[in-house]
Amino acid sequence: MSGSSTYVPKSAVGRWFESRLPIMGLVHSSFIVYPVPRNLNYMWTFGAILSFMLVAQIVTGVVLAMHYTPESTLAFSSVEHIMRDVNYGWLFRYLHSNGASMFFVAVYMHIFRGLYYGSYKAPREVLWILGVIIYLLMIATAFMGYVLPWGQMSFWGATVITNLFSAIPLVGKSVSIWLWGGYAIDNATLNRFFSLHYLLPFMIAGVVGLHVWALHVVGQNNPDGVEVKNVERDTVIFTPYATLKDAFGLAVFLIVYAWFVFYIPNYLGDADNYNNANPLVTPAHIVPEWYLLPFYAILRAIPNKLMGVICLFGAIALLAFLPWLDTSPVKSAKYRPVFRVFFWVFVAVCLGLGWLGSQEVSDSTTLAARLLAFCYFAFFLIVLPLLGLFEKTKPLPASIADAVLAKGAPAAQPAE
Amino acid sequence: MSGAAIVDQNRRDFLFLATGAVGAVGVGAVVWPLIDQMNPDASTLALAAIEVDITAIQEGQIVTVKWRGKPVFIRHRTAKEIDEAVNTPISELRDPQTDAERVKKAPWLVVVGICTHLGCVPLGHEGKYDGWLCPCHGSVYDTSGRIRQGPAPLNLEVPEYAFLSDTKVRIG
Ligand code: HEM
Ligand code: FES
Repeated sequence: MSGSSTYVPKSAVGRWFESRLPIMGLVHSSFIVYPVPRNLNYMWTFGAILSFMLVAQIVTGVVLAMHYTPESTLAFSSVEHIMRDVNYGWLFRYLHSNGASMFFVAVYMHIFRGLYYGSYKAPREVLWILGVIIYLLMIATAFMGYVLPWGQMSFWGATVITNLFSAIPLVGKSVSIWLWGGYAIDNATLNRFFSLHYLLPFMIAGVVGLHVWALHVVGQNNPDGVEVKNVERDTVIFTPYATLKDAFGLAVFLIVYAWFVFYIPNYLGDADNYNNANPLVTPAHIVPEWYLLPFYAILRAIPNKLMGVICLFGAIALLAFLPWLDTSPVKSAKYRPVFRVFFWVFVAVCLGLGWLGSQEVSDSTTLAARLLAFCYFAFFLIVLPLLGLFEKTKPLPASIADAVLAKGAPAAQPAE
Repeated sequence: MSGAAIVDQNRRDFLFLATGAVGAVGVGAVVWPLIDQMNPDASTLALAAIEVDITAIQEGQIVTVKWRGKPVFIRHRTAKEIDEAVNTPISELRDPQTDAERVKKAPWLVVVGICTHLGCVPLGHEGKYDGWLCPCHGSVYDTSGRIRQGPAPLNLEVPEYAFLSDTKVRIG
């Protein structure tokens, strides 16, 4: 973050305070005069949307925790109590459950944005890895949150996921028992999941702080993937330009969010979770929440338990190595014609895996899932390393300003 | 370096090592309780054994009882089911075990009703081997609860149990 030395508060009180704690200067340099590339598109508004959603989840979550009972015989009915008796309880519960989904919509847009425009490349590797850590924490938080209503899907989803750890050779069984605090998922498990579900969002907030700090050290990437060379020509100041664009993007996003909350609040949920947990009966068809389906499909595609678990975690862990797996020096897919094709194939593979993860297992879905799982890993381990060596990229613009001006000129290439 | 400085140096080294050693013991003494508090507590361990009356279980029937929070299947096997289990060649098995190793007293089979893949409860009298079929990812078990198909690596676990009499079993 650039220094706060240029900022002088207008009021005397402000100056008195600033000389003791220069926080307004920090805000000023980070969010008012901070230079942002002038060519950013709406894919760059998801960072602000994510920050908003994190706060929204914390606020609605704290409200729910005032009325929820983390005890295995009472949890389910306490959620019904929130839905029926608590003033606006239904609103906060639907905001929170659909909010988690919207949070993941935003993070996937954000991640695929980074993938498309090569935002993980030098000098943004640490920024990217902090993002992957945020994503992992989000998965853990959402998973534990889903256990709290103590419905059938909560219980059996938790059973399947915690049993993943039993695949660890030698100590696996003890690890599972330790996670459960018993010999199966039970009250002890519910209690600790509640405690951790409350804690983790604050850890996410901490890592987001580091993420934004790293962002402000290296600066934002942009749709053309060339670095800022001349601050005067290539950038605009954060406020009002980025602020307003972010606010508009957020407003559109919130309309979609509200539509889910008020019109189809249970569309993304599973009807089985309105049945109280029963440790003796597994529902006929167990599925995780939609945002984890691709990984679930990979798990089911592998016929060996340990390998299945390794591939599941590997599929996520690979993201962290992206800066070194992608060997191309060109960042933006705009100038990488072959990569661009593979990128969209990769998006289709992820969607395909997601769909397969939601289906019941049959020979044909298993075969398809194996094929797509192979494609998923091949994208990271074969396509990205080789493409950098063989792909013929298009010439990069000399600067961001040149790219913007070329786009404005009549003879320019069609817009992105 | 003067003599006083050397003395000082030795003193600081000593304080550094002593503090470090106490610190390491202290950290260990705090970390272990922090980890162990999550293990099953005394009240959970106290519930570890149950007794079941099996007189009412008909031939061919499977009864599910709850033990340590999880299901245990008590299966009164038919002659045909026992034959199938006994006559399966060991070489066909993923987790090789004879039926005799898994059974204490004919015709009873007692197994933990938890799929060894990822912990779902398999459905009885289903699947290609008349044993169990797991609804989650399709593992198939035979009439001895041995894994035959699907992703699960091991046979259904045989819990610790004993026949207290012809009609009473203690599990745990
Ligand atoms: C709670 C979750 C997250 C929050 C609140 C968050 C917040 C932000 C914000 C405010 C920005 C700046 C605005 C923008 O460029 O969009 C940003 C940039 C960035 N984020 Fe995140 N982020 C989150 C998760 C992630 C994840 C999961 C990844 C990747 C795995 C990631 C990768 C990046 C990258 C690479 C940038 C720099 C992008 C660029 O300038 O091109 N973020 N993030
Ligand atoms: S839990 Fe039984 S097959 Fe996966």
